[in-house]
Amino acid sequence: MNRIDRRFAELKRAGRVALVPYVTAGHPQPQSTVPVLHAAVAAGADLVEIGMPFSDVMADGPVIQNAHERALAQGTGLEQVLDMVRDFRHEDADTPVILMGYANPIERRGAARFSAEAAEAGVDGLLIVDCPADEADELKAQLAGQGIHQIFLVAPTTTERRLDHAARLAGGFVYYVSIKGVTGAASLDVDALAPMIEKVRGHIDLPVAVGFGIREPAQAAAVAAVADAVVIGSALVDRLDQCATVEEAVAASRDFLAPVREAMDNSVPIHAEQAVRTT
Amino acid sequence: MVEQALELEPMEQLPDAGGHFGIFGGRFVSETLMPALEELDAAWRHYLKDPDFLAEMDRDLAHFVGRPSPLYLAENLTRQLGGARIVLKREDLNHTGAHKINNTVGQGLLARAMGKRRVIAETGAGQHGVASATIAARLGMECVVYMGAEDVRRQSVNVYRMKLLGAKVVAVESGSRTLKDALNEAMRDWVTNVDDTFYILGTVAGPHPYPAMVRDFNAIVGREARAQMLTEYGRLPDALVACVGGGSNAIGLFHPFIDDTDVAMYGVEAAGRGLSGLEHAASLCAGRVGVLHGSRTYLLDDDSGQIRHTHSVSAGLDYPGVGPEHAWLKDSGRARYVGISDAEAMEAFHALTRTEGIMPALESAHAIAYGMKLAAELPKDQIVLVNLSGRGDKDINTVAEVEGIEF
Repeated sequence: MNRIDRRFAELKRAGRVALVPYVTAGHPQPQSTVPVLHAAVAAGADLVEIGMPFSDVMADGPVIQNAHERALAQGTGLEQVLDMVRDFRHEDADTPVILMGYANPIERRGAARFSAEAAEAGVDGLLIVDCPADEADELKAQLAGQGIHQIFLVAPTTTERRLDHAARLAGGFVYYVSIKGVTGAASLDVDALAPMIEKVRGHIDLPVAVGFGIREPAQAAAVAAVADAVVIGSALVDRLDQCATVEEAVAASRDFLAPVREAMDNSVPIHAEQAVRTT
Repeated sequence: MVEQALELEPMEQLPDAGGHFGIFGGRFVSETLMPALEELDAAWRHYLKDPDFLAEMDRDLAHFVGRPSPLYLAENLTRQLGGARIVLKREDLNHTGAHKINNTVGQGLLARAMGKRRVIAETGAGQHGVASATIAARLGMECVVYMGAEDVRRQSVNVYRMKLLGAKVVAVESGSRTLKDALNEAMRDWVTNVDDTFYILGTVAGPHPYPAMVRDFNAIVGREARAQMLTEYGRLPDALVACVGGGSNAIGLFHPFIDDTDVAMYGVEAAGRGLSGLEHAASLCAGRVGVLHGSRTYLLDDDSGQIRHTHSVSAGLDYPGVGPEHAWLKDSGRARYVGISDAEAMEAFHALTRTEGIMPALESAHAIAYGMKLAAELPKDQIVLVNLSGRGDKDINTVAEVEGIEF
């Protein structure tokens, strides 16, 4: 069984919403990535998402863009990312690892080779930002052959026909992009979220993670009331960017995520109908 | 080889509904952009069959742009080379000085028809930015142009032109600070402001429907040239030559000739300081298949799939990808793609300026250079039609800088 499925099943039994931090591999230093991920898990992360550096991060805002540029300048490419996952797995055999990135580095490596290497390294899910369901058949087949889930983005503007298409290919969970725009661009509108998530659930029978625009514990708690997972990227990456050493990065990760976890655990789940009434 | 073209399917069927030219093209974008692309695709298909829309576009192309652009027989250059006749399609005579205005008039009118009040554009050399700012001024729309900081420096005159036209020019400091980064930034703007904003993409690259839509708006070049050849010379040319960065002027010229299998097609890429090194922008000649800016196409990347910095003396060709239809034309053998170096383009710039009194854009000078090579090898009864896609006034600072001249 894929670690993502197992983890969401455990969370459901425990009545807990997943916290999913995102870090860009190799940022702020190559040697900080694995310790930062362990610190995140210790602070309450249930799954981890690792950005694969790319030169042209079209869907990302300035914070993630800067992280990718710094990581590339320090020599972190796809090969190094897979090494980091292997390294992470030495100490953590359970936490699901999702790689997130862009299509071209995968194209260059070849979908078959990449899928085999990623599975061997201990990767559980792959989210390719610029590979919507329309273009995903080939990659999906290779990933499925290795037991890796392909994660898809859905947006406030995604039509019902497109939701159904994504539902046919998606595994693990579905990633709901909570704002129109790039990563880290604006704060999300929590009130609008509940009915949108209900719409997604009506078409896709997978846990729903919400990301893009979640910056602080209160927002995370509000999202946790309606979603199955909360993804935090730019706000964490922004803090890591200031860190000059591995120790600082580890501390920043822990100090940022622990209050988020606490706020989420104190959040009371609500149903969409209630949320609509309160808006 | 040209003979293989006989086996091609008729081009009218390409791309497919998802924007694919064989394995190329498609829509490799974030889900957040997909509905906007679907809306644009539907609008483009609708208005391309709307008689009122087409009549207005034709009026603008005639009275605002100055079409049709003439064919010009370069007699002096032909005599000097002693081979095939060289005929120039004079897109440099269009309003704003390049073929780019054909596309921006079309997309500008489409933006207005779709009820969008703000247009954005990316630009390399500045020609597309100027053409976008021009149509925005004419239609009374807000206009923001994204331009790599390096290109802002190289093309300061065009930056000033855009500002005079009322556009806001945003210098993009990320990545290689050139056209590809400007395109990334324009996409980020579009995904954020998708409700009221129309993205006027300037070339036949990007996600579907842009490659097909920009082709259709530029195909006026090839349709005119084909009719003019038949009227003025009583025959079709033996070869077409056009420069290829993203590839819009080349597709515009090539497309209406695709089924004329006796007409050879040559796309000319920027070989910069040589194709054997890394300082060029020749994705078809020296690249491989990957995914960039929303489509699968030939591109220039390193072994870990990172997009490479490119080089060309001409900002408009300085781009690591190419339109997917060119990738398809290359693999099908219908068109051939060749490289012209910075030095060869500079020579051609001077040759055309001195022999014919026509100063070509440095982009177009690449096509002139290859057209001259080709004409010299061909017999005198043949005709080489070169797309003179833009005029060179914008480049005189670059030319002076290359030659060490200070004003």
